[in-house]
Amino acid sequence: MAVSLGSRSKETLIMNCCYVDSVLFTTFVLPIMPMKNIRNFCIIAHIDHGKSTLADRLLEFTQTVSEREMKTQLLDSMDLERERGITIKSHAIQMNYQKDGEEYILNLIDTPGHVDFSYEVSRSIAACEGALLIVDASQGVEAQTISNLYLALGHDLEIIPVLNKIDLPGAMPEEMKDQVVELLGCEREDIIMASGKEGIGIKEILDAIVERIPSPKGKPEEPLRAMIFDSVFNSFRGIEVIFRVFDGQIKKGDKVKFVNTGKEYDADEIGTLRLKQQPRDVIKAGDVGYLISGIKVAKEVKVGDTITHVDRPTKNAIKGFEDVKPMVFAGIYPVDTQDYEELRASMEKLQLNDASLVWEPETSAALGFGFRCGFLGMLHMEIVQERLEREFDMTVITTVPSVQFHAVEKDGTITKVNSPSEMPEPNSISHIEEPFIRAQIISKADYIGPIISLCMDKRGIIKNQVYLTSDRVELTFELPLSEIVFDFFDKLKTMSRGYASLDYELIGFRQSTLVKLDIMLNGEKVDALSAIVHRDKAYEWGKRLCEKLRELLPRQMFEIAIQAAIGTKVISRETVKAMRKNVLAKCYGGDISRKRKLLEKQKKGKKRMRQVGNVEIPQEAFMAVLKLD
Amino acid sequence: MVKALVQEIRLQKDYLEGEEVETVYFGGGTPSLLSREEVETLLLALKDNFLISNEPEITLEANPDDLKPEKLQELYAAGINRLSIGIQSFHDAHLQSLNRAHSAREAKNSIKFAREAGFSNISIDLIYAIPSPDDTLWLADLEQALALRPEHISSYCLTIEPQTAFGNWLKKGKLKPIDEEYAARQFEILLQRLQEAGYEQYEISNFCLPGNYSRHNSSYWQQKKYLGLGPSAHSFNGHSRQHNIANNARYLKALAKNEPAFEREELQRANMINEYIMTGLRTRWGCSLAYLQEQYAFDLKAENEQLLSSLFQQKYIYYEDGSLLLTDSGKLLADEIASRLMTEE
Repeated sequence: MAVSLGSRSKETLIMNCCYVDSVLFTTFVLPIMPMKNIRNFCIIAHIDHGKSTLADRLLEFTQTVSEREMKTQLLDSMDLERERGITIKSHAIQMNYQKDGEEYILNLIDTPGHVDFSYEVSRSIAACEGALLIVDASQGVEAQTISNLYLALGHDLEIIPVLNKIDLPGAMPEEMKDQVVELLGCEREDIIMASGKEGIGIKEILDAIVERIPSPKGKPEEPLRAMIFDSVFNSFRGIEVIFRVFDGQIKKGDKVKFVNTGKEYDADEIGTLRLKQQPRDVIKAGDVGYLISGIKVAKEVKVGDTITHVDRPTKNAIKGFEDVKPMVFAGIYPVDTQDYEELRASMEKLQLNDASLVWEPETSAALGFGFRCGFLGMLHMEIVQERLEREFDMTVITTVPSVQFHAVEKDGTITKVNSPSEMPEPNSISHIEEPFIRAQIISKADYIGPIISLCMDKRGIIKNQVYLTSDRVELTFELPLSEIVFDFFDKLKTMSRGYASLDYELIGFRQSTLVKLDIMLNGEKVDALSAIVHRDKAYEWGKRLCEKLRELLPRQMFEIAIQAAIGTKVISRETVKAMRKNVLAKCYGGDISRKRKLLEKQKKGKKRMRQVGNVEIPQEAFMAVLKLD
Repeated sequence: MVKALVQEIRLQKDYLEGEEVETVYFGGGTPSLLSREEVETLLLALKDNFLISNEPEITLEANPDDLKPEKLQELYAAGINRLSIGIQSFHDAHLQSLNRAHSAREAKNSIKFAREAGFSNISIDLIYAIPSPDDTLWLADLEQALALRPEHISSYCLTIEPQTAFGNWLKKGKLKPIDEEYAARQFEILLQRLQEAGYEQYEISNFCLPGNYSRHNSSYWQQKKYLGLGPSAHSFNGHSRQHNIANNARYLKALAKNEPAFEREELQRANMINEYIMTGLRTRWGCSLAYLQEQYAFDLKAENEQLLSSLFQQKYIYYEDGSLLLTDSGKLLADEIASRLMTEE
């Protein structure tokens, strides 16, 4: 094993590999399992707690993936997921396992590990009957784990607690067992001691999956009722839909319908997900499979949607379906204005396999033509930006991220405001509302003080404080979403030395005193730098942004006044002095062409800058807000 | 090396296409190491292969510590008629930090000895913006230089290169990068003092007593052809630039096989225009709008209407006899302005 790559990376690749190649050469045919021999489970774990290594071991132990295959696949996996050490999207893989002479099918349904994707997690959990709860034997339980655990308990999943990394010197198995017992109310003996790295406890885990997790309870004779919990884009075959059948069965060639979109398709190919896809003729109630039917646009495949037959549709669509709603909005503009059409084409392609990305054209006086985009969260935004760069070679400027505000008119009608430029004049509305979240933060007790002051500083209201153990505390806050959009999580991590973990959910809109803060350069408004901020924070925001811009704006042949203003009232000012000297001393025979090339290059560089009034603005300046510390 | 140079002279005899050679310049490295015989051999080889004008300007670049009285007499006798002396500063502490081998005393003496040997056309190099608490030493350098009254002064702003004493200090944080304001102010002092003393600034870094332009360097800025000989020497034939390989051993080897090794770059119309703008703006003759029009059918004014009018309003440029020129404050921004005026076609 290429252990050095770290455990998180491998998870992605195994999970990915099931979809990468669609060609399959099978030498054996799997028998169709009766429902009592199927187990569907997911893994709940905090990001560093060794989920992927443990999953690897399960796949190896059941000979689903050989060691050699794991290595080869390692090289093909998506860079971005590997680098960020997270599974961006959920995936699934099927294993075979024999116990007491009986053959079982175990469907491992993976869940994304970031709060931006909590809806997808809930759908993955809804597709399972059980879950492995993995807790690092030295780190203990974290906020993300708990919120996902509650989700799982809410869906009546059987929880199998596993203490992982028990081989490490820092492991405190007894204390951690206490934590787990307290959390689950289970017996100490129910907790499996494991080490993914050393291969300890793997058989016990597999046995427990068979013994403790109930088999699916579906009605094979009822109309087809399957839930989409994931989709994967394949440029050759269109969107591959990953689903769990609850009732009935789906056969190759069936005419199916997605209940929420109302669209109908032919099931051109169905099958199960092994290391590679295995086409099958039928997927029955209780099992997990994939569907290929030439769907070209990811938007048509909505996680949580119900698949049923056109001829004999189910009357009970699966509950809990939601249209994914963007939480964070920002403008995306091409660095070079001429690349607008190319950017549009790239965004369209990106959307083919990222259904949660929404966008519409937007025009900015400073940046020209671009797009207003909605993202699930900041991580999602960064991923989109990086994918544009890596997969489409598009360098983009991203403007100040913002949440959606509600401008409430005097007659009570609500205007949704996704961008500062959409904000109505203050006197034309009754008030503004902003989205609030409930945040759960779990940390070592030592860091409570700084965490509370951080949340207060972010306009948070503390709602609850619970000691999970003598030195672990769960804090509950209500916070404006806009305050945690930027750097909240980083700050939280820093002040708690990495110990604190965060989970949150949207709890609705509340009235706030918000103002639109504008930035002006030599008296001209730069629309792309405007932001909607709380009145009490406007001064600080304006001051810091002006200071940052002073650093980022290159000296020009005249002085530049940087001003922050609310309406017509200037609240902060900085100055970039005029350039004083830019001339190289020597310009003789050998210097001429070198120097000419340098100056020609500088000219090109200037062309990439945006101009507002007479001021040239480099692209970094538009990202200044993201760099405020 | 001299043998290889003579060989290269023979091989390149058609490069200038029969044009008259007006200037010869021994520069780069330490040409003062050449003996009288070697200088004579090279000049003779040039005479045999090129058409040399009646009164050529023949310059030799030298460091003050190499210019002893006998050496100077030899060089003069060999036909050198102009010296370019790398004085840099008249302060020992500065010379040391610039990693120069000579002392302030040797600097002063070199000019005195050169005069005694018969040289009537002497240029010196001076460096400004050397880190110092104030302008006192720079003013003193200028006074010392003016007292010696060289015909020509080239003055350059200190640039901090990595792997030099200053470069290391900068890296270790013992030295701050040169302050733009400090450098600009010393440049202004330079302009003012030399003008008062009767010197004419005919290029950003070059000053002379009336009529004593460096004919050689001026030709670089007028798009005249030139042939560079020796390792890493640059040449220009009106439409392409080329430079010899830099490595001495490989240069010698190549010439021993009669195969001069150089890299050539063919210049596009836009490159030629840009080079002319860049070099022309630096000189007191400016950028001739008519020349650009006739030579390249390029209308500088029409191409940059807005920019030029704003530069004019800010008093960075002015026009004289159909040419575009930089004001003193414009000179400080010569590169910025040239870059903005460049064409991309």
